Amino acid sequence: MPTRVHPVLGAFAALVFLFLLAPLVIIIGASLSDTTYLTFPPQGLSLRWFANIFQIEAFQRTALTSLQVAFLGTGLSLLIGIPAAYALNRYRVELPRWLSTLFVLPILVPEIVFGFSLLKSITIAAGLPVFPSLILGHALLVLPYSVRVVGASLASFDFSIEEAAMSLGCPPLKTFMTVVLPNIQAGVIAAFILAFITSINDVSISVFLTGPGISTLPIQILAHMEQFFDPTIASVSVLLMLVTVGVMAIVEATLGLTFLTK
Amino acid sequence: MTKLAKWGLPLPATIAVTVLLIIPVALTIATTFGEAKGAFSTYAAFFSSGFRRAVLWRTLEVALITTALSLVIGFITAYVIAQMPSRLKSIMIIAAVFPLLTGVVVRSFAWLIILGKNGIINDTLMSIGIITEPLSMLYTEGSVIVAMVYLFVPLMILTLTGVLEGIPRDLIEASASLGAKPIPTFLQVILPLATPGLIVGAVLVFTGSFTSYATPQLLGGEKQMMMGTFLYQRAMVTFDWVGASTVAAIMVVITIAIVSIMSRIARRLNPMAV
Repeated sequence: MPTRVHPVLGAFAALVFLFLLAPLVIIIGASLSDTTYLTFPPQGLSLRWFANIFQIEAFQRTALTSLQVAFLGTGLSLLIGIPAAYALNRYRVELPRWLSTLFVLPILVPEIVFGFSLLKSITIAAGLPVFPSLILGHALLVLPYSVRVVGASLASFDFSIEEAAMSLGCPPLKTFMTVVLPNIQAGVIAAFILAFITSINDVSISVFLTGPGISTLPIQILAHMEQFFDPTIASVSVLLMLVTVGVMAIVEATLGLTFLTK
Repeated sequence: MTKLAKWGLPLPATIAVTVLLIIPVALTIATTFGEAKGAFSTYAAFFSSGFRRAVLWRTLEVALITTALSLVIGFITAYVIAQMPSRLKSIMIIAAVFPLLTGVVVRSFAWLIILGKNGIINDTLMSIGIITEPLSMLYTEGSVIVAMVYLFVPLMILTLTGVLEGIPRDLIEASASLGAKPIPTFLQVILPLATPGLIVGAVLVFTGSFTSYATPQLLGGEKQMMMGTFLYQRAMVTFDWVGASTVAAIMVVITIAIVSIMSRIARRLNPMAV
């Protein structure tokens, strides 16, 4: 790439970044307003809408559900996704090609169709309770990350190291844990983070899989917005942005953020 | 042993995808053909209703405009990012990643504050006296498109930055040293090399916006019903499950058709794959 940027293009890019970041700044401003309605710039500064979040039991309950679903769903997807990614790389020539296509289907099928179909088949027809249905749905939704991202690290793994360990008498599971896993650590962390963020922000699947007393935070936010249009939503949004900042700090510390453009 | 590992290791994930995704979605599609009035009666009903055709048409239109705008905005921005010194480049990438990792509900909500009756734009325009009555900008096709472009531009920027960074520097230098000016170099070297990446980005944005739910729900409401919100309304408000399944089937067919056609075109257009 040449290193000179035409000033018009530079100005355009600056405007794009303004467009990307200004709405988030506006949310932060609105969350600090002392008014009972959403407004920007904030009128009077107050943290009362942050305090208000903790008065609303539903936010705490659904935040907890969201965290549980994200941890269990992501964990489950890695548990079944890592062995699949391993086999797809180790036996690349022997395994049929449709197998790797199979694991990206959750991205290909529209999420809202998947959510609706899960509700019909798993929750209603098969009678599985809402909470495990949510976990299974989210595990499937993020499975492509587990298989593809872990697979990308396995692609650069030298399987002869593994053969060396095995030929010296190391049992297969121990070989995997002590030889393979440390080498693909970065991929596993990346897959976990991408999957976790996707799960915690999901709307299209969760919107079908809520039941009495069970809902996730994004769905609760949507429900709250339909009744009240007060700054509480802005303060919840700010807390969620803080979670994003935390995640980005983890990504930067472990992999470097530029890995996201690869 | 090897045979056991070869087929055994991918087995749990294969079963999960089959039982939780393929069979449920296949059953959803199958129910649309089981009507007493004939196999295709639900589709005939869908396409004979002016309202439903309008929903499909609006969804396609919004997805297409969102894709086109995101492509242009994302490509120019990625082009600038790719030429920045590495420190500034990382800052710009962080600025694009941050909104991407922030949830769709939060990002759509921001536009409710901006475009609402008492929103920032109306407040500003009224205080400087350009308008006396607040404009209704929410629940229009425009408000849905703005929020969707906002949603997908970061994705496009990151995809295309990766693509542009991957273009070998030598090719651009070769073009310049052979006397090509920046614009012909861009049109004849960079653009063809970036085309497969542009197609990948376009497919991601098109399918993402075509099947979206939260953004049209918040910014379009009942007035700007789109396929995703219509499916939800049929399923969970009117409990017309066959109707909802018909919407679902149409969404699946269009999505898969677009993805397979476009990835075939991308493969054919790739100048590096000889």
